[in-house]
Amino acid sequence: MKFGVIVFPGSNCDRDMTTVTQGLLGLPTRMVWHQDTDLSDLDVVVVPGGFSYGDYLRCGAIARFSPVMDSIIAHAKSGKYVLGVCNGFQVLTEVGLLPGALIRNRDLHFICDRVPVKVERNDLLWTQNYQKNQVVTYPIAHGEGRYYAEPDTLKALEDNNQVLFRYCSATGELDKDSNPNGSLNNIAGIVNQKGNVLGMMPHPERASDKAIGLTDGLAMFEGLVSAIA
Amino acid sequence: MANNYHARIYVTLRSSVLDPAGTAVESGLKQMGYDGVAGVRIGKYIEMTVEAQDEEDAKTQLDQMCDRLLANPVIENYCFEVTQLVNS
Repeated sequence: MKFGVIVFPGSNCDRDMTTVTQGLLGLPTRMVWHQDTDLSDLDVVVVPGGFSYGDYLRCGAIARFSPVMDSIIAHAKSGKYVLGVCNGFQVLTEVGLLPGALIRNRDLHFICDRVPVKVERNDLLWTQNYQKNQVVTYPIAHGEGRYYAEPDTLKALEDNNQVLFRYCSATGELDKDSNPNGSLNNIAGIVNQKGNVLGMMPHPERASDKAIGLTDGLAMFEGLVSAIA
Repeated sequence: MANNYHARIYVTLRSSVLDPAGTAVESGLKQMGYDGVAGVRIGKYIEMTVEAQDEEDAKTQLDQMCDRLLANPVIENYCFEVTQLVNS
C-alpha cells in the first residue's frame, strides 16, 4: 500500500514529491519510470511537475503516449487516486483524465511566486484537513498554467463543484488582480467528477517542509494517509 | 504501390482562445509603424513526408496524427496541404 511518483525524462519535481511522502511522512513511496506499466501495488499515483519530454509540441503532449499512461488511466478508472501537479496537471488534461487545457500565461511571463489559494471544498480526501474556503499559500512555477475550457465544459465543472482550488487575494477575494496567470474563473486546481483525480498548478510538495518556509501543503499529503491506511 | 506525400500542417489557436503572444507581437508591429495590422495570431507549422497508398490515405493518416498528437482539439484547430512527391 503506497505512493508512486511517475518519472518522465524531464520531470524535476519527482524527488521533491518523494521527499514529502517518504521523507517527511514516512509513507512507502516508489519512483516509477515512465516505461514501467505495473502500478498494481500503488494507491496514490502522482504525476509530478517538470518539463516532461522537454514540453515539446505542447506541455504534456508527448508524455501522454508513455507506456505508463495506460496504467495510470486504468488506476484512475478503478477509483484509485491520481494527483497531477503542474506539468502533471498538463499531462492529465492532455490524456483526457481531466477536462480543459493549460495554456500560455496571460502576461506571457514564467511566474515563480508564492500565492494565496482558496480551498473550495473539504469533503474530498485531498482537502479534508483544510477548512472550506480556507486561504492557503502555495508556490507556483509555470509559464503555461492558464486554465482554459470551452464555456459548456466550464459550466459543467462549476455545476459539479469540481473546482478544488482557486487563486485569490490574501483575504480570499476572487478577482482579476489575484489571478496570476489569467486562468478562467481563477481556477488553480480541479478534480474529475468522481473526485479521485486531482490536477493543480500550485506545488503543495514545495510547501511541506519547515526547512524551506512554507508548510501549508503538508495537510494535503497528511489527508491522503487515510487513502493508503 | 505506396507513394510519398509531402504534408504541410498548420496548427492554430481556436478563435475563442486568447493569444497573448499574438497580442504582444501585434503591439510590437504597431510600434514599428505598421498601424494597419490587426488580429495577429501565432500558430505552428509542421511539415513531414508520409508514405501512403493514395492521397486519400495520406489525408486519413494526417487527420489521425493531428487529432491524436499534433493538435489539442480543446484549444487548437488544424488544416493541412498534401502534395505527391515524385518517386525517384
